[in-house]
Amino acid sequence: MENNSRRGFMGKAFGAVAAVGAVGSLVAMKKTWDPLPSVKAAGFTTLDMTVYQEGVMVTEKWRGKPIFVLKKSAEVMENEKGNPAAEARNIKIGDDNFMVAIGLCTHLGCIPAFRPAENDFLCACHGGMFDASGLVTKVPPPRGFDIPPFKIDGTNLILGEVGPEWQSMKDNGVTL
Amino acid sequence: MAHFTKATSVKDWLNQRLAIETVEKVMMSEYWIPKNINFLWAMGMVLVVTFVLLLVSGIFLLMYYVPTVDEAFYSVNYTIMREVDFGWLWRHIHGVAASVVFLVIYIHMFTGIYYGSYKKGREMIWISGMLLFVAFSAEAFSGYMLPWGQMSYWAGMVITNLFSGGSLHADALVEWIRGDYVPAQAFLGRFFMLHVLLIPLAIVGLIGLHFAALRIPHVNNQDGEEIDFNAESKKYLDGDKAGSKVMRFANDFMSKDMMVVGIFLIFLFYLVFWNYSFALDPVNFDPADGLKTPEHIYPEWYFLWSYEILRPFNIDLGLVLFGFAQVIFVFLPFLDRSPNTCPANRRGTMFKVWFWLMLSNMIVLTAMGKLPPEGIFSTIGLVAAIVFVVQWIALPFITSREKKV
Repeated sequence: MENNSRRGFMGKAFGAVAAVGAVGSLVAMKKTWDPLPSVKAAGFTTLDMTVYQEGVMVTEKWRGKPIFVLKKSAEVMENEKGNPAAEARNIKIGDDNFMVAIGLCTHLGCIPAFRPAENDFLCACHGGMFDASGLVTKVPPPRGFDIPPFKIDGTNLILGEVGPEWQSMKDNGVTL
Repeated sequence: MAHFTKATSVKDWLNQRLAIETVEKVMMSEYWIPKNINFLWAMGMVLVVTFVLLLVSGIFLLMYYVPTVDEAFYSVNYTIMREVDFGWLWRHIHGVAASVVFLVIYIHMFTGIYYGSYKKGREMIWISGMLLFVAFSAEAFSGYMLPWGQMSYWAGMVITNLFSGGSLHADALVEWIRGDYVPAQAFLGRFFMLHVLLIPLAIVGLIGLHFAALRIPHVNNQDGEEIDFNAESKKYLDGDKAGSKVMRFANDFMSKDMMVVGIFLIFLFYLVFWNYSFALDPVNFDPADGLKTPEHIYPEWYFLWSYEILRPFNIDLGLVLFGFAQVIFVFLPFLDRSPNTCPANRRGTMFKVWFWLMLSNMIVLTAMGKLPPEGIFSTIGLVAAIVFVVQWIALPFITSREKKV
């Protein structure tokens, strides 16, 4: 009886030590897999928005991801009129209008190809389609292109920094 | 101290310390295998041999492979393929065997389903086997990342994105798995570790469990007959070898096994030397480029059926059904409510149809997964995916109405 209670105590004592150790090592293992500080620090890109031409889709790079930059023509802007979903995504810098978005299909992250003739995007992986303002026109993608956090600074666009325009897009559910 | 006597031979010396004679009996000469089997019973040994080939070729590849994003591609495609003497041989063996091992796994699995080898005491064999299938899938995927070509990168992108859970938008989880916003050095490093250490360790452990699960219920036979292994083995040991329904694992069964292994190896090395290109996708001979998606992204052939279940639906439903397809086979012993342990063809029309439809539907899903998701192929893929799910939901109802044979 005495032995049993002593063994019971030793068992519980070891259990307590092991539990602390297990939790501690899980924390360490989780943190070891986190993105490194150097990876996080390299997360800003500045774009000079005066260099883009109308109707020419340019792919920039931010955090290793492709960023689609498309300067919209007057014709595209005319099409967007009366479509609040498209208008809400428009980024106005000076007199120019842009679609700026993370160029990854919101389905599983392939890069859709721009088709200049149709002025839209087609994803080869699972057949998803997006229009020139970045909205979905054919599933499986669940939502339009995500818009990276940006801040307008004169004619520059700083990706990775949160400006009031992007904050309002996020608050209104235009982007994630 | 335990009592030891002066050894009369090396064997006796070992026997006193390791009981090697008892071990040999339990594992080999008195491990009883039914005689009523066919060549499909050799697939286990074929898999063991293929796994050893993967291990040995992997060891040689590991000596020259460099797990960094700048050098991985060239260490595989230049150093190993061109500089290292016979480097190409190890890579071809590794790539071809990794593909063929899944063909044999599928044959092994469907043999088990056909003969009811997951029923009545053999559930753990089936479950440990399906865990091995999961481990092999993870091993194949992590290995596919290592050459760091275009298919490696984009398959890595797509598969890790699955963990965002569709509308759950668990992007932080995806970034944690990658260690970066996109697949990069941290990603390559951890998948290298998984491929060469952690998953192989798990596979070796699971193979041990799979064998152990087999030892007590014994191997099934062509008629699903319940054999009294004590009585039949006694008959054998008493000299009535012809009248006994069982034979020794070694050397009786092994001699037949290794005959099939020999034929398999001739086929495998024919592929390794003359027809290896199916296992080396041309797209993966372009270095990884995060700013350019290849025109068609498709997994290796052995993942196509589950990929095709993901593809025709919107992301949330697609993920749910994909998850369903990944785990549902594990539950087969519990979803099959029938009292019968016998070949599918003798279990009545319903299960007979179920079995052959499941097999052919998975071949259809595989074919559709390879084709571009357009027009008629989209429709066939959608129908096949729905049939797959419906078949599994119907299984308990079909089998509980099955008559005792």
